[in-house]
Amino acid sequence: MFPVRIALPNAAKRGDIMEVRTLIQHPMETGLRRDQRGRAIPRDIITHFQCEYGGEVVFEADFFPAVAANPFLTFPLRAVESGDVIFTWTHQDGGETVETRTLTVE
Amino acid sequence: MMNRRDMLVGTGGAIAITLLPKPASATPEEMRMAVTRLFGDRPINDGRVSLKTPAIAENGNSVSVDIRVESPMIEDDHVTQIALFAEANPLPDMIHCRLSPAMGEARLASRVRLGDTQTITAIAEMSDGTLWSGTAETVVTLAACVLIN
Repeated sequence: MFPVRIALPNAAKRGDIMEVRTLIQHPMETGLRRDQRGRAIPRDIITHFQCEYGGEVVFEADFFPAVAANPFLTFPLRAVESGDVIFTWTHQDGGETVETRTLTVE
Repeated sequence: MMNRRDMLVGTGGAIAITLLPKPASATPEEMRMAVTRLFGDRPINDGRVSLKTPAIAENGNSVSVDIRVESPMIEDDHVTQIALFAEANPLPDMIHCRLSPAMGEARLASRVRLGDTQTITAIAEMSDGTLWSGTAETVVTLAACVLIN
């Protein structure tokens, strides 16, 4: 689990397109760098992100080492029904960081 | 006449040169191969994709990217994938995204690393299978760190 920040309105009107902003605190070590003694620093990255809403995956992303430290993503989402919006980040070792926000649609 | 010190200096120099890493950057050809791995050999059209990056990035470790694709994002006509590729990073693949009509609009923003001044390419796949692309060039004054010196 890594600390995350999510910006999503608590409530929206049906049909509104919301702006979802997400960030996970992680160094995204590329695996391409060497330390001062010349030893390779192993790759250590978040490899996958997904957002579920209304029981479906509505957006997902595969991250490569080119994604900057503290991976940040902004994307739109149309408000359709009240319910949970579930955000899942997966680390290269398979560990998941999961956060849920509840959205009320009027 | 070569003395011991010259010998040592010479040998050390040769070792140092041998240990220098090969230039850590993909080529436009490697980028094309990465595009083919994801999308196959389909033709790629110019247009419908707007990729925005800063013209100059002082720090290649964190460069904002903003991608927008012209699409109604309805069930019959939407963007299914957006992928971003670099021609001068150690690895050409940067980020692959899968979208759905539930988003309402086809756009996203993130931050990436650029190992050098270069043109990056965003490719969008539509639900009809067509591919569209947009590019943006960023001049990087301090490249993303590949080696700690």
